[in-house]
Amino acid sequence: MRHRRSLGILGLAFAGALLAAPVQAEEPKHGGILRIYHRDSPASASILEESTFSTNIPFMGVYNNLVLYDQRKPQNSIDTIVPELAESWSLNDDKTKLTFKLRSGVKWHDGKPFTAADVKCTFDLLMGKSKDKLRKNPRETWYNNVADVTTNGDNEATFNLKRPQPSFIALLASGYSPIYPCHVSTRDMRVKPIGTGPFKFVEFKQNESIKIARNPDYWKKGFPYLDGIEFTIIPNRSTAILAFIAGKFDMTFPTEVTIPLLKDIRTQAPDAICKVAPINVSTNIIVNRDVAPFDNADLRLAVAYALDRKAFIDILAEGHADIGASMLPPPEGVWGMPPDLLATLPGYGPDVKANRAKAREIMEKLGYGPQKHLALKVSTRNIATYRDPAVILIDQLKDIYIDAELDPVETSVWHAKASRKDYILGLNLTGNAVDDPDQNFYENYACGSERNFTGYCNKELDALFDKQSQETNVEARKKLVWEVEKKLVEDVARPIIMHPRQGTCWRPTVKNYTVMVNSSYNGYRFEDVWLDK
Amino acid sequence: MVSYFVRRLTLMLVTLFGISIIIFLLLRVVPGNIVDILFDSAGMVNPAEKAKIERELGLDRPIPVQYLSWIGGIARGDLGYSYVSEKPAIEEIAPRIPVTAKLALMALIFSIAIGIPLGVISAVKQNSGVDYFLRVLSLTGLSVPAFWLGLLILMVFVARFGTIPIYTEPTKNLWEELLLYTVPAAAVGFRSSALIMRLTRSSMLEVLRQDFIRTARAKGASARSVNYNHALRNALLPVVTIVGIEAAFLIGGLIVTETVFNIPGVARFLVEAIRTRDYPIVQNLVMFIAIVVVAVNFFVDLAYAALDPRIKYAE
Repeated sequence: MRHRRSLGILGLAFAGALLAAPVQAEEPKHGGILRIYHRDSPASASILEESTFSTNIPFMGVYNNLVLYDQRKPQNSIDTIVPELAESWSLNDDKTKLTFKLRSGVKWHDGKPFTAADVKCTFDLLMGKSKDKLRKNPRETWYNNVADVTTNGDNEATFNLKRPQPSFIALLASGYSPIYPCHVSTRDMRVKPIGTGPFKFVEFKQNESIKIARNPDYWKKGFPYLDGIEFTIIPNRSTAILAFIAGKFDMTFPTEVTIPLLKDIRTQAPDAICKVAPINVSTNIIVNRDVAPFDNADLRLAVAYALDRKAFIDILAEGHADIGASMLPPPEGVWGMPPDLLATLPGYGPDVKANRAKAREIMEKLGYGPQKHLALKVSTRNIATYRDPAVILIDQLKDIYIDAELDPVETSVWHAKASRKDYILGLNLTGNAVDDPDQNFYENYACGSERNFTGYCNKELDALFDKQSQETNVEARKKLVWEVEKKLVEDVARPIIMHPRQGTCWRPTVKNYTVMVNSSYNGYRFEDVWLDK
Repeated sequence: MVSYFVRRLTLMLVTLFGISIIIFLLLRVVPGNIVDILFDSAGMVNPAEKAKIERELGLDRPIPVQYLSWIGGIARGDLGYSYVSEKPAIEEIAPRIPVTAKLALMALIFSIAIGIPLGVISAVKQNSGVDYFLRVLSLTGLSVPAFWLGLLILMVFVARFGTIPIYTEPTKNLWEELLLYTVPAAAVGFRSSALIMRLTRSSMLEVLRQDFIRTARAKGASARSVNYNHALRNALLPVVTIVGIEAAFLIGGLIVTETVFNIPGVARFLVEAIRTRDYPIVQNLVMFIAIVVVAVNFFVDLAYAALDPRIKYAE
């Protein structure tokens, strides 16, 4: 009996030791090079000039923002914003002055001190007010509400807003909002960036590799844990995945593993940790409403009713995508419409047959029918992620007397063609860097925005954009946002087909990496990621 | 002989001049330019900013002026700047040339080392089991796409050996280089070796039936001596021609191989430069490849005289 009790105690002790072991193993370790493959060669290292996470992922670690989304929390929201170069921030009473108290003693990678002047320089650049110009400025609309940025000494910068914009800070927390040094030209920032971030730029060999190394003078003491990160550029997806399986890399390129490839990884590298999450990049239809036949609102509505979103999701993403309107749907999306409300919008009802009957009814009223089909082209980029949904769209349109033909556009001229409105119906992908209505609405739907390819312009909605943007009560703002979403769907501004999910995989030795679930642009500071090797 | 050299060199210069015009014009016929690509990565197009960048890069000038500017630059040893990396084109191109040169050389050595002996064996053992096997092997080599073969090799390596023979970091010594290049060189050289094998076989069969071979055998020469000293030397002429042509075709095969095995050479870089409409890189790289191909063919012509004493480059 005594012997049995001793064994029991030993067993408990052993179990206790086993339980305690992982806790000890989770103690962060310094050192090691994180090896990641990169899907392509980014156009430049200047995050402010690019609109792709091909740039954000390798270079976000070089910079700091004033504020940033907490890198350990998967869902970005106003509540997860943490200070970075700013120690604190405050709004004046009428909420038009957003003042940041800046961290002192921060140095750029070249040793020069960081001051409030750098903050002003950065936003003057973004607002087109500085002498040195960005070669491209894709997010100029984000700062439409900023009158100017003023400084008070070296450690205080104030954004003077034209009107209150409670979620303006959400834009500043994005991976797209790094602070640039005044003393480095925009040209140098494209090829040899200088930041204040946890990693220093080492080299960028076109089509070969990108290397960043630990910044030993980083203002956040003890960080980063890694000695560096090496990105090997492997454009061939099959080679890249095989290399990850073979152990050449610690991590796949974030949010780039498709569902079928994820299955390969899970089979061939069962120890890999994989996470599938929405990327907040919607697959949508762009409609040229300025020319016939889609200058007719009813015809646009017929297209909206023709969509079988579930079929798209099942065929293209094996069920790993979400149905939503313009904003990313819940639970990952903060502002998206709840499903019951979504189902009431034109074309979103679950009865596809009924929707299509309605679409055919509209088409027949417009003079089309089994004997008279409408012939048109569906233009899209000639790459699989665009082309595949376009083919399904063409198939679905057949049900409503539309005989569409695929017009694959050479990828380099896609945006030029879309901006010229040289299309009738197009299939597009739209990435939202921040899960916030201000970013999405002003960038993609506001009158005059450069990224509003359809040229959709509704002054009433513009006013509603402003109204929701100024609303401080979250629930009240959500209602306004859903009102906007409803109107966008009814107007067939840019019918959203789906919000896909993609996978990221890493080896168990990679610790503290968090996949963000409502943006694929903001989670790559890598300062608290460490390797258990 | 001197006049032959002068004639050939003049012809080479005319050929290269023609190529330079064709490359230059073709690039500009293709829709989109670097500015479209730059804006593509920004997800928008601003016509005013686009025009400004085009002006900065000199793309708004008339095409003949752009051409003269490029050719003038080459004459001065200035290859211009890469539009994408904003670095001198020579800095981007030069480090990649040895990578591709090594791979191409190894592939060529592989194809000759495998193709010629197997072609001889196949011819000597005509209609035997060995011959049938080698003929099937050569047909396989000609019909298997390099891309598919490359991926298959990678999959086998991962599944069987738990490793993958691709480039991820610069090699540190000769052994690592050999390891890195051997598999891709074999993958790309497989097709060429098959072609060389078939050509060697048919050429050998033709030569083996000629009178001088019968005479050599009648004089008591060993089979080895007849096959290699008498027959092979005479059968090599068409093989040398095909090796010269294959050296040019190899670039095409290397594009695929460098992509699959992720080797940062000239071929893959060229494809990427075409995609991004990086005119200075594409123009200079294609010119470089053209020079290599023209030079290789020139040396192949010279090799004829060495192999066949009847051929003389006289007045």
